[in-house]
Amino acid sequence: MTDADQVRLYRTVRLIRRFEERAVELVHGGQIVGGIHPYLGQEGIAAGVCAALGVDDVIAGTHRGHGHVLARGADPARMLAELCGRVTGLNAGRGGSMHAADFSLGVLGANAIVGASGAIITGAVWAHRRWGRDTVGVSFFGDGAVNEGMLLEAFNLAALWRVPVLFVCENNGYATTMPVTGAVAGSIEGRAAAFGIPAVQVDGQDPETVRIAAAAAVERMRAGGGPELIEARTYRFDVHHTFEHAVRLDYRPPDEVTRGRVRDPVRIQGERLTDTDRAAVDAEVEATLDAAVRFALASPEPDPADALAHLYASGMTARTGGG
Amino acid sequence: MPRLSYRRALTRALADELARDEAVFLLGEDIQVGASLVTTGLAKRFGTERVRDTPLSEQAFTSFATGAALAGLRPVLEFQIPSLLYLVFEQIVNHAHKFPLMTGGQCAVPVTYLVPGSGSRTGWAGQHSDHPYSLFAHVGVVTVVPATPADAYGLLVTAIRHDDPVVVFAPAGAMDTREDVDDLVPVPLGRGRIHRFGDDVTVVAVGHLVHDALAVAEELADQVSVEVFDPRTVYPFDIDGLTESVARTGRLVVVDDANRSCGIAAEIIASVVERVRLLAPPRRVTRPDGAVLPFAPALDRAVQPGRDQLATAIHLTMKDGS
Ligand SMILES: Cc1ncc(C[n+]2csc(CCOP(=O)(O)OP(=O)(O)O)c2C)c(N)n1
Repeated sequence: MTDADQVRLYRTVRLIRRFEERAVELVHGGQIVGGIHPYLGQEGIAAGVCAALGVDDVIAGTHRGHGHVLARGADPARMLAELCGRVTGLNAGRGGSMHAADFSLGVLGANAIVGASGAIITGAVWAHRRWGRDTVGVSFFGDGAVNEGMLLEAFNLAALWRVPVLFVCENNGYATTMPVTGAVAGSIEGRAAAFGIPAVQVDGQDPETVRIAAAAAVERMRAGGGPELIEARTYRFDVHHTFEHAVRLDYRPPDEVTRGRVRDPVRIQGERLTDTDRAAVDAEVEATLDAAVRFALASPEPDPADALAHLYASGMTARTGGG
Repeated sequence: MPRLSYRRALTRALADELARDEAVFLLGEDIQVGASLVTTGLAKRFGTERVRDTPLSEQAFTSFATGAALAGLRPVLEFQIPSLLYLVFEQIVNHAHKFPLMTGGQCAVPVTYLVPGSGSRTGWAGQHSDHPYSLFAHVGVVTVVPATPADAYGLLVTAIRHDDPVVVFAPAGAMDTREDVDDLVPVPLGRGRIHRFGDDVTVVAVGHLVHDALAVAEELADQVSVEVFDPRTVYPFDIDGLTESVARTGRLVVVDDANRSCGIAAEIIASVVERVRLLAPPRRVTRPDGAVLPFAPALDRAVQPGRDQLATAIHLTMKDGS
């Protein structure tokens, strides 16, 4: 990888990290209602995978989806405005944290139903291919999702019809409070193997490692290979969802959290840069986010009269509930 | 033109749309050989890329269709059994239906879900005889239940061209009906059809029950003048058209092959009484609450809305209102 690539990768993980930290502050300040699922600690996966994609590729993510959308290049200001429920948000304030989408960048949306992205992205990539495009797709999901039948059905369809979808399992060790050891019989790679899908396990805390694995998979997929799976081992530094800051669930031993935080993707990638380059990126990211916060908070809220706008793409309207 | 069967009308609609629009493709179980007899010949004519057999993975292929629609295709899915809709309710309601709003208008999901042989098929019992169109109306997914071959053709064509998800229920009880049709044209959504004009009572009948309602109206012709209103789409519902009819007749009976509680019949009655002062309390003839169709033919018939029940409801409404 060139130095410029290293800097770009660092910029992405740093952007996601600071975006998430600022978003958590806005949750505590009451500006983001409903809370968020922070991606803190997992930044290297979105950054590494998206760095391996081309502009015409498509991705679909999860409830913990901010990182994927940002890594794809979405405007942090519009993304933050979306979390704040503003009309300037990516989804015009209709989606919020768990549904952020940017179709202009091939981001078909974060999805709040665990395991949902696999089949949707398989269909989307298959359709793009039918139009004669060279598209590949990525489905991001957590370790919890590998027990969802629909995802396994999607593995089957993608493998059977040789649809180039990279299934990226972000194994952070927990599905909410359920440890992966208590939930997954067999193994994640084994599930892929059962469908003839090549699978590798990578260190998700090293953005460069993730990028190399993803680039290799994307190259094989574009050359006509079918789907592949990457199991990225990672650790979520913070809570499952910000509601936990209030309810204090007890499921991760404190020393495990301390150990988990040692391998920090932002630090690992940052050490590959010169101090000057790193400081320049940090300053740039900070300025971007200051502007994003200002933009989001200054943006207008949507007009309540438009609450059902976009319900039907066909332009159909719904009867209202009142009177 | 020869007499066209309802089943062939569906085939004709699929063929015409496949021929007209490159973006249309079919997906389903055993559709290449046409196990339902609806897709017969289409794979040969259009190729297996556009008429694709799927493995038994309803949830994945339903969301696959959502993804394909997001990327510009117009998928038509065929379901072999109406109760498979319960399996994919999540994929239709929670994804396909919600995508446009949740993304702030960034996308459309033009998928058609075709359910030939919905409702009771004698001898298929509890898990093959459901008719869950009211559920889709409740969640706001466009839902059509054509009664005649011409409407089956016209509504399926419209469904495929529509930019939102549409569920098309083709009742088993209507599949073998035939009619002479001169020209086949698209039928708009949300526009009902009066099959028979009358002065005394409006009977709203859904799907195959239109034919029962017409038969009952004929039987009672020397006693009561019955108007038969077929909504054709249960969501959106042609409430203006129905209001106009009931405002003339002053009486309302609904016959609906769905369970009583929270069925479309309840919604129809509520919507009408919000707008019209009736001469008599409205009545509805439906399946029982929580119905499961029993196997033995006599039991199966016993829980379906029947002609006798409809005739009785009409008489009672006339009596109440006189
Ligand atoms: C199908 C489904 N079941 C349950 C939930 C509630 N839920 C939201 S996130 C989550 C945990 C998901 O764990 P995992 O897939 O490992 O992803 P992670 O949260 O660790 O990123 C659960 C159970 C849901 N949204 N969807």
